[in-house]
Amino acid sequence: MQDQAQLAAALTGAAIGETLILVPMVPMLAAGAIAVMKRERRKTAATLAIGSLSFSFLYSLIAFVLAVGHPGTSIATYSKWFEVGRTTIDLGWILDPLSAVMMLMVSFVGLLIFIYSIGYMKHDENYTRFFCFLSLFAGAMLGVVISNSLLLLFMCWEIVGLTSYLLIGFWYKKPAAAAAAKKAFLTTRVGDVFLLLGIVWLFAQTGTLVLYKGGGGAIEPTALAGLLSQHAGLGLSVASAIGLLIFAGAAGKSGQFPLHVWLPDAMEGPTPVSALIHAATMVAAGVYLVARVYPLMAAGALAGGTTTALTVITWVGAFTAVFAALIAVAQNDIKRILAYSTVSQLGYMMAGLGLGGVAVGMFHLITHAFFKALLFMGAGSVIHGCHDEQDIRRMGGLWSKMRWTFATYAIGMLALCGFPLFFSGFWSKDGILEAAQHWNVAKTPFYMLVFGALLTAFYMTRQVSYVFFGKWRGDQSAHESPKVMTVPLAILAFFAVALGAIGTPAWPWFHAFLDGRTTTFDPHGFAEPGLFALMGLSTLVVFAGLGLGWKLYGNHSPSPEQPDRLEQFAPRVWGWLRDRLYVDEIYAATVIAFYGWWARVSDWLDRRVWGGVVAGVAGFFGLWAQLNRFLDTNVVDGSFDKGCEELNVGGGLLARVQTGRVQTYLRILALSVVALAVLLIWSSRA
Amino acid sequence: MTPLAGYLLVAALLFSIGLAGALTRRNAILVLIGIELMLNAANLNLIAFWRYGPHPEALTGMMFAIFSIAVAAAEAAVGLGLVIQIHRHAKTTDLDQMNRMKG
Repeated sequence: MQDQAQLAAALTGAAIGETLILVPMVPMLAAGAIAVMKRERRKTAATLAIGSLSFSFLYSLIAFVLAVGHPGTSIATYSKWFEVGRTTIDLGWILDPLSAVMMLMVSFVGLLIFIYSIGYMKHDENYTRFFCFLSLFAGAMLGVVISNSLLLLFMCWEIVGLTSYLLIGFWYKKPAAAAAAKKAFLTTRVGDVFLLLGIVWLFAQTGTLVLYKGGGGAIEPTALAGLLSQHAGLGLSVASAIGLLIFAGAAGKSGQFPLHVWLPDAMEGPTPVSALIHAATMVAAGVYLVARVYPLMAAGALAGGTTTALTVITWVGAFTAVFAALIAVAQNDIKRILAYSTVSQLGYMMAGLGLGGVAVGMFHLITHAFFKALLFMGAGSVIHGCHDEQDIRRMGGLWSKMRWTFATYAIGMLALCGFPLFFSGFWSKDGILEAAQHWNVAKTPFYMLVFGALLTAFYMTRQVSYVFFGKWRGDQSAHESPKVMTVPLAILAFFAVALGAIGTPAWPWFHAFLDGRTTTFDPHGFAEPGLFALMGLSTLVVFAGLGLGWKLYGNHSPSPEQPDRLEQFAPRVWGWLRDRLYVDEIYAATVIAFYGWWARVSDWLDRRVWGGVVAGVAGFFGLWAQLNRFLDTNVVDGSFDKGCEELNVGGGLLARVQTGRVQTYLRILALSVVALAVLLIWSSRA
Repeated sequence: MTPLAGYLLVAALLFSIGLAGALTRRNAILVLIGIELMLNAANLNLIAFWRYGPHPEALTGMMFAIFSIAVAAAEAAVGLGLVIQIHRHAKTTDLDQMNRMKG
């Protein structure tokens, strides 16, 4: 009996694994269907988008339950796509703990954001188009998640890039939105080029792009041993070099320094887009990619050691975490603060991957997805309630007017700050800090990340004080948002708290699940040496940040005309931070200036050099044509005319025979017959 | 003179009369009649050569003659139809006036 049940479960598992492609396919098909719809069919479009993603969510849920039921197993499929010579290109998908968790998170958060969009985009005339793009985006993102082939992953990755461009530039009539969309597309493209190089290199080395292929995959031990044994120069093994190239792609999508510049600008898109793209999914794609190819990144590491690729990831992540947090302190746009906060938290995730492995980074990714989506959607609710006002200096005292938004926002904010014990962010951030503490290469990332945590608590307190406390400083009075917007907030708030329970040191279920182990509740998990000290330290840091923020801003945030509190202390540093540490200006002065110069050189070359060559060729052919025309009129035409004339004369002669009199013809006929008869007789005689 | 030569002589005579009629008459209907005479001369030849040929028991010559008569009947019908149409159109059957096909 039990055997039968197990068999049935295994069969279902196989069936789900084989048909996993439906998860991204259904939303993509829905997007296609919406694309050909009329613009007035708003309700159909929204229903189709939400329905398709609900399907994906349910399917992901079943897959997740199956993955939980069979710890440590994975179903990786691949099949031939096409063949060139003896090279076959395979595509495939994979169901393992990593993809199951990510798929569930993406489809669930995506679904809530879709529902929230019904309320937020209510008055937009391009509502149908919006849902088409959202669906396509969700499908592509789910495609990235389930890919077992770097090629399929890259294709979906590019669709994600395209749809992010379309969604950021959704209000394309606003010049800032159009520019932000272009910037996002081009900046991520820089990373994508490196990613493609990495993929091509990997293909050249291993001959396959399928990740897991029953021992013959690109990131399985056999292939990795081959990659490690070769040197790419600069003391790097080929494995590390490919790992770094792939990380560059991930850095582009996940907004790591120095490719983070697109993310804050992307806030020009509608708020649900910010929540979807910049909290839960697209920016997480980079982190997920690194986690997906983690065996490649970690190849060659000795026990407890690290690799070049992981070291670089750690440093970039830690630096980004502090760098973006610093800028977030001095921003005044409610969404821009969250955007820099996202960049900073993505730095934490990358550092977590580099320091502690897949589970540490991914746990922060999952918890962050929930509370950051919550914060973005809360910010959207605030913006909606304040009549499209985004400047936090023109808000204030909203806690009494928007109680639901305030309560949920506060939960998200505390989770982001890592408020001790009851919020998921505390546990996931602590995991990263703990890993940083035990890193045996350098201690600096640990201090950077702790400092980042302090800044996080500070800037979030500043933002919340500005928005929800103090006096109302806006023009029109604010109102609470409709239920369709607040209910998703409440659901996300629940998860922002509850998710912490699956990753505490006492019951590290999440980590065990990703590593393919089982785990039981064990309070002795806290007894690890140094853990209490670390928790104490991070609690202290969070309270310091919260306290400092409350002391400076609290109930008395300055009005738009007055300088910020920090500006009074250090106007110059404040200016640097407010101007985002001049990264955009540095790009404008270097890369963009270089391209401008190059464009002018090309223009000059085009006009003077190539233009001259083209004009010369054109002139030559003009002369040639003149010669041809002369030949035509005088030689070819002349002979032709002559021939025609001769024909005319001949025709005239022959026409004379044609008298029109039947009897003349008959006469000729008779004479001819007589002549023939005479000839016949004559010849028979001879 | 063999019987065959006698038949051929009669046929040649008939052919010459027909040809003379077709060439000299002005009236289109008389020309058609001349042509019919020439055709019948040819039929007479067919029969004569069959009857006095090496295989008089095979009915080949008769078949030729019957086909030829059938074709001649069809030709006469078409020819008369043309003549009637031309007469309605031009109010004449004089061939000398029908020279609009002149090249």
